[in-house]
Formats: sequence, C-alpha cells, structure tokens
Amino acid sequence: MSAHAPAIDHAHEEHGHHHKQTFISTYIFSTDHKMISKQYLITGLIMGFIGISMSLLFRLQLAWPEEKFTIFEMLLGKWAENGVMDPSIYLSLVTIHGTIMVFFVLTAGLSGTFSNLLIPLQIGARDMASGFLNMVSYWLFFLSSVIMVCSLFVESGPAAAGWTIYPPLSALPESIPASGMGMTLWLVSLAIFIASSLLGSLNYIVTVINLRTKGMSMTRLPLTIWAFFVTAIIGVVSFPVLLSAALLLIMDRSFGTSFFLSDIYIGGEVLHNSGGSPVLFEHLFWFLGHPEVYIVLLPALGISSEVIATNARKPIFGYRAMVASILAIAFLSTIVWGHHMFVSGMNPFLGSVFTFTTLLIAIPSAVKAFNYITTLWKGNLQFNPAMLFSIGLVSTFITGGLTGIILGDSTLDINVHDTYFVVAHFHLVMGISALYGLFAGVYHWFPKMFQGRMLNKNLGYVHFWVTAIGSYAIFFPMHFIGMAGLPRRYYTNTAFPYFDDLADVNIMITVAALITGAVQLVFVYNFIHSIFYGKKGPKNPWKSNTLEWTTEHKHIHGNWEGAIPEVYRWSYDYSKLNEDETDYVIAGQDYIPQNIPLQENEEEMNH
Amino acid sequence: MTVFLVLIVIILFAASVWQMSKIYKLSQIKSEVDSGEVANNKDNRINAKLMLMFVIFLYFISFYCFWYYSRFYLPEASSEHGGKYDTLMFVSIALIMFVQIITQGLLHIFAYKYHGKKGRKALFYADNDKLEFIWTIIPVVVLAGLIIYGLFTWSDIMNFEKDEDALVVELYAQRFNWRARYAGDDNTLGNANVRFIEGANTVGIDASDDDGMDDIVTQELHLPVGRQVVFKLRSQDVLHSAYMPHFRAQMNVVPGMITQFSFTPTVTTEEIRGTEYIQDKMRRIKEIRTTRSKELVAAGDVALDDYDQFDYYLLCNKICGASHYNMQMKIVVETQEEFEAWLKDQKTFKSTLAQQ
Repeated sequence: MSAHAPAIDHAHEEHGHHHKQTFISTYIFSTDHKMISKQYLITGLIMGFIGISMSLLFRLQLAWPEEKFTIFEMLLGKWAENGVMDPSIYLSLVTIHGTIMVFFVLTAGLSGTFSNLLIPLQIGARDMASGFLNMVSYWLFFLSSVIMVCSLFVESGPAAAGWTIYPPLSALPESIPASGMGMTLWLVSLAIFIASSLLGSLNYIVTVINLRTKGMSMTRLPLTIWAFFVTAIIGVVSFPVLLSAALLLIMDRSFGTSFFLSDIYIGGEVLHNSGGSPVLFEHLFWFLGHPEVYIVLLPALGISSEVIATNARKPIFGYRAMVASILAIAFLSTIVWGHHMFVSGMNPFLGSVFTFTTLLIAIPSAVKAFNYITTLWKGNLQFNPAMLFSIGLVSTFITGGLTGIILGDSTLDINVHDTYFVVAHFHLVMGISALYGLFAGVYHWFPKMFQGRMLNKNLGYVHFWVTAIGSYAIFFPMHFIGMAGLPRRYYTNTAFPYFDDLADVNIMITVAALITGAVQLVFVYNFIHSIFYGKKGPKNPWKSNTLEWTTEHKHIHGNWEGAIPEVYRWSYDYSKLNEDETDYVIAGQDYIPQNIPLQENEEEMNH
Repeated sequence: MTVFLVLIVIILFAASVWQMSKIYKLSQIKSEVDSGEVANNKDNRINAKLMLMFVIFLYFISFYCFWYYSRFYLPEASSEHGGKYDTLMFVSIALIMFVQIITQGLLHIFAYKYHGKKGRKALFYADNDKLEFIWTIIPVVVLAGLIIYGLFTWSDIMNFEKDEDALVVELYAQRFNWRARYAGDDNTLGNANVRFIEGANTVGIDASDDDGMDDIVTQELHLPVGRQVVFKLRSQDVLHSAYMPHFRAQMNVVPGMITQFSFTPTVTTEEIRGTEYIQDKMRRIKEIRTTRSKELVAAGDVALDDYDQFDYYLLCNKICGASHYNMQMKIVVETQEEFEAWLKDQKTFKSTLAQQ
C-alpha cells in the first residue's frame, strides 16, 4: 500500500502539468470517482422521481377506482382514454415502479453513489483501482436507465409481469401484449445493468483490499466501507445468477427453448414447449432477488452507522459485533431465497429449511438494532438532518424487520403471501429504510460532493418529519388490509363487494402517499438550490473523524494535494477522555480524526 | 366515514406542516448566532421534542389500527388446520408488538433524553461483550421457539396424510377462470393434459382414460363439511395461485406440474352466514353500497349489484394478466347430503362428450 503512494503522487503531478481537463473529460466521461458518484446520484434521483410518480398514479387508481382523472390521460395517453386507467397499464406501472426503485434508485443510486464517493476518500486512496472501469460502469448504468425509460413508450406497453417477471406470463406476448417489445427492452436493460453492477462491484472490492492507506487495517475501516465492501461481494455472487435467468428467459422467448415453459394452451392453441418449469425461474430469480434486499439495505445501514456515531459524538457501540453482523447477514442472505416460494409448489421440506435460515437472519439484524439504540444512550446527539434520517432508518428497520418474522414463517406465509401485508413489510424494511439511508448520506456528504456547500437544515427538518409521519401513515395500516386477505397487484377491488369496507383505508393511504410524495419536492428544491447557492461550511462541518474530511473543499484529481494521510486509529474516537479523565484527549475537542497519531495522555485501544 | 378519515389525515398533516414552519421561522431568527447549516442547541431541543411526539404518534397509530381495523380481520378459520394457524399468528403478533413497543420506545426516548446540549459530554462506551451476548442469545432462544412451533404446524399442514374417504378435487386455472374437477364415482381423476383440449373438453381430460369418464367439471367449488379435501392444482397457461383466505389455504398453480394442498372444511356456508361477525360485516358493506348506489343513480349511472349473502371465495393471487383482479370462484361448504345432491345434478365428462 505504502509503496504505491509515492508512485501515484508522482503520476498525479505529471498529470497536472501536461493535460488540460476539457468539459467532456471533467463532466461527462470523467474517470474521477467524485464526479462519477455525482453522476450516479443525479441519475438515481431522476429515476427515483419517475418511480415515485408512478406509485402515486396507481395509488390514485386504488383509492378512487371509479373516478376519472385528467392526469391519467395527460401522462398515460392512449392507456387512459377519458381518464380511466387501463388494467394493463396499471400492471405496467406496478412493474416498472418496482424495477426502477429496487435496481435503479436503491442499488445504483444508493450503493453506486456512496461507494464511489466514500471508498477512496475514507480509505485514503487517490481514486478507484480502475478509474476507467468505473467510468464504463456508470455509462452502462446510464445506458440501461435510458433503455428502461424508452421501454415506457413502446406501443404494446412496458413490461407488466411484475418486477419478478415470472414466466410464462413474461415469456408469452399472447398472454399480455406488454410481454412483447416491452419485456424485451426490460431484459436488455437489466442485462446491461448487471454488467454495470459487476464492473462497479469488482472495482470496489479490489480498491478496498489493495488501496488502503498506511495504517488503515481492516479493523480500522469505517463501517460504511465494511458495508460497501460486503455489499459488493454479495453483488458479485448473486447478480450473475439473475443474468443467467434473464438469458434463459430470452432464449425461451426468442429461440423456442423450454427452460421455463411446459404444457401451455393459450390463444386457442397448444404451444410446443414441454418439460420446463417456472419454479426453476423462481429459484434463479430469488437467488439474486433476496440478496438484492441486502444489497439495497447494507449500504444504508453502513451510512447510518457512520452518521449516528458522528452525531451522537460517541463511538458506534460494538464495532466488531457490527462487522460480524454485516458478514452474517451477507452469508445468510444467500441461503434464504426460498422463503419467497413457500407456496410455489416446491417440496414442503425445503420450506422448513428456508424457514430455519430465514429466521436466523433476524439474529444479526436484532444485534444491529440494539447496537444502534445503545449508541444513542448517553450520547450528545446532534440532530442534523442526516442524524434524523438515520434514526428514522433504525425505526423503520425494526418495524419492517419484525413483520419479517411473520412472513419468514412458512406456516404464517400461507395466508398472507402476496397480500398487502407483504407490500407493507418490504416497503418499510427495504424501501423506506434504504431511502432514509440515501437521504442521510446526501445530507451528510453533500458538502463533500459540492465543494463545501451545505443543504439547508430547516428544509431538511421539514423534509424528514413529514416523510417520517407520512411513511408510517402509508404503510402501517397496509398490514391490516393484508391481514384482511386483500391480494396485491389488483387493479381494483370493486369486483369483490366483500372488500368494500376497505375502501376508506385505501383512500387514507393514498392521501398520505400524495402528501409524502409532495414533500419530496422540498428536497429536490433544497438539493438543486444548494448546489449553486448553499452556504459554505467549514472543512469538517460535522466534526467527523474519517479521512474524507481532511481533504480540501475544492475537488482535485487524486483527492489530497500533498501526501496521502496516514492512519493511526479507528474512526470512532468520539468523546474519548485522556488517561486522568479530566478532559478529552485533545483538550476542548471531542473528536480525534484518524490521521492524528496516538497521544501521550491516551490509553491505546485494540483498533 | 371516508371524508372524516381524509379530514383527520389532512388536519394531522397540516398541523405538522404548521409546526414545521414555526420551527423554520424560529430558527431563522436564531441565526444571528450563526451555526451555519449545522444543528445548534435550539435545533437539538426542538427535534428532541419531535422525537418524543413521534413515538407517541407511532403508539397511537398502532393502537388505532389494532383497535379499529380489527373488524377487517378474517373471521375465525373455517378449516381444521386454520385454528392452529390463527393461534400461531396471534402468538407471533403479540411477540413482535411487544418487541416493537419496547425498542421503538427506547430508540426515541434515548433520542429525546440525550439530545445535544452545549457542554454535555457523551460517554465513551465502545464495547460490552456481556451486553452483546445477552442480545444475541435472547433472539436465539425466542426464535428457536418460534421456529420449532412454526415447523410443527407447517409439517402438519403440508405433509398431510390422505384419509380413506378424502375427496379429491382438481382445481383448474385458466386465464381468468377457475374450474373444479371432481373424480366421480371411482374417486380417481382421469389423466389430463392441455394437449387434449378440444371443443367441450375444456380442461383437457384424456378421453381414452376410463377413469376420466365419470369426472365432473364444474364452475363452482362445493365441499362437504367435515371431510378432508385433497386439491390437485393444474394451470393451462401461466402461473396462478389458488387463495382461499377463509380456510387459511393457498397454493400456486404451475403450468407443467401438479401442485397440491389439503384441508378439512369445518364451517358450512350456512353456519358462517349466521355468525355475528359476518352479519356485522355484511351490514357495514350494505350501508356502504347503498350510499354509493344512491350517488351513482343521482349521477345517472346504474346502481351497484346487491350483495346480500356472504359466500366463501377462491381468488387468484398470482399476477396472470389484465383481468387478474377479477379471477375468482365461489366456494360452497355444505353437508354431505347436500353435496351429493348437488353433484348428482352436474354433468359427467361422458355425458358432455355425448352431447357434443
């Protein structure tokens, strides 16, 4: 590690002298990790805007199924003539909402943004191991986003088989027209997305292993880096399996194979396919699909660990337990996929095994939750917006995680499987929690991304509190309509008089969703406004220990003007007292950045 | 009711937005002592109070939902294993709500109590193996209990033993219809495959298989009370899922394979209609529908269909196409005699073929 540093320093100097950065190499085809992280963030936020808007559209439909809405006609055109939403576009909206939020916003937008920004800065590296691959990774992500957005304008409609795209529905355009061109584009987009994700993940892994600065042992890494590192490993293990599923599906669709199709009579004729099994697809899909939940969630947990420790002015409680639980969650996440398939027709014995592994995952999750709570205990909590979002994350992570105990139990899953109970559960535990993680990250590291400018805190408070109340108002009551036996993905419930009395709840949920959606505009305004006019803060506004705050406001290629800082301690020396316990180790300052050598009046810890 | 609920929500939100704007203004004045965009004492104090209010809100919304929305719960299970299911569900929910109340309380109350103050010193407290051990071992023990309890129930439900007099019924799914096929006098379902579908033979029974000749295909699912039913599920096109919420039963229907599920119905349609729970529910729905019908008629539309009698139903619960939301079948649970009388009136496969 240390041997590399001078060489890179040298290269950097030369670089500065001989190449003028052009507009294109700075802002578009940049290989600088800080610029790439901004590109990821902004692309992710735009996709998020599209995804959330879609959910508001179908919430309107669910609350007032018989009303006509001009906005439907404006946005959906021929799919909503006279303002009445077509059932097939409803399914498309649900499908694309899920796809965009899971992959494009919470995978690329969250992990892509902060892995890129923080890995080199927090481990003390000049850049990613391969800046070029990093650039390719972003542009593949951009390309897949563009293809996904284009698929919205296909004549036969965007993909509509649910974000899980179970065949035969997704394989046969005879079943829904959307499974024609729309599904083709969906698959192409996802294939490119997977390539992007793999390039990114490999880069993160290599960088964390090889480019840590002198003194930065693995046990001194901030938890953010641990989370990104492990997330990248899960990505590398599981995303290729999704690619294989997508490829086999493409073959079934276009080349007449029968991996997933068998004994099908549709559109008045029998198809030739024989011997395939849709259950095989479910296995392949969920082998990625479940780890994907943790790909989304772990970075958020990493971010909140860092933000909570910094703002509590306390070390994160149980650092080693936190790392161990990240590793345990990562390992277990790859052997629990079958809990999505308890009633798929697979052998009940497998159901038992998956129940066992699934409930095991509650243990490291519980450890994490308790450690967060203990970190707050006897702290000196600074309620910056990022801190609020992190506490909100712990809250929704607990609420959503607990209902996972119901769904992970094969017996109980029988009657709530594919009902609104599931929708409520995963939105709280991965959707809202991960979004909170994303927001916490943006509020906390905005100054690092945009040359010291800070987001307005008061707008941040408004954003947080309305979102926090709104999200619970949306998703808490949703558990109950699920327990009433209301299936998800129904265009309208009016075909069942039995569900008539649930209409009020649906209206309440939609109203809450509209308000919560609207308040995100406050964030958008704050974000854009602060990029240009935000107040400049000090170099280390949150008084944080990690290395990124030792860099200057101005972005330079290579991050540090002079030599790379060395590291002498872990990143959680907040409020550490000197040996006599008369004052902090550094008098009058309750934090000791990682690059400060061990002081004489200080007891050494094992980090 | 709707209006009332919406109003409450809007008022609550308005109140919170108003509070926000107040905070906003207050902190604007304060900005003479400029802390920039970093939280100062005042921010910490206000947000700490909001944390406290938030956990009260959380308790309130939980209490409200459990109290007011309990009327949406499904009625007591109408199947033998359903009772066990309901008990396990009750135990699990009680447990998670207990944990929920404690942890959310601790989280928010700590947030309130230890909010930042100038001069406050945080405690440097990095590790405690004993504590870590305690909160690893407690979930381990509790979850082990839940897992064992759950797995016994699961095994009872899924690894059923077929009674001698069990009724074998095939549930046949096609977009967007359900059919039931009874095995007839021989109690053996004839072979079937989509490749035999032709004309009146809509579920693809093999006409060369004698077992199939007395099979009976129906549009309604009738089940005799107190007798085990073994369902064989078959789909002709895409994935479906047979969801019978009142019997706590669900199984996916997969083209290319036959899945199965079994339960014993314990409450007849007649009996459940008489229960207080269903009568209350029907009364409420009737009120809602009458009001709605009046509005519709006033607007020049057709009134809603009557919904006077409760029936069990089977829903499709796996996305299967545009009309997925309306793929359902009526279930009737009746006495053995009524069931036999009804079955006698249905056409066998043989007579269907003969008529063709």
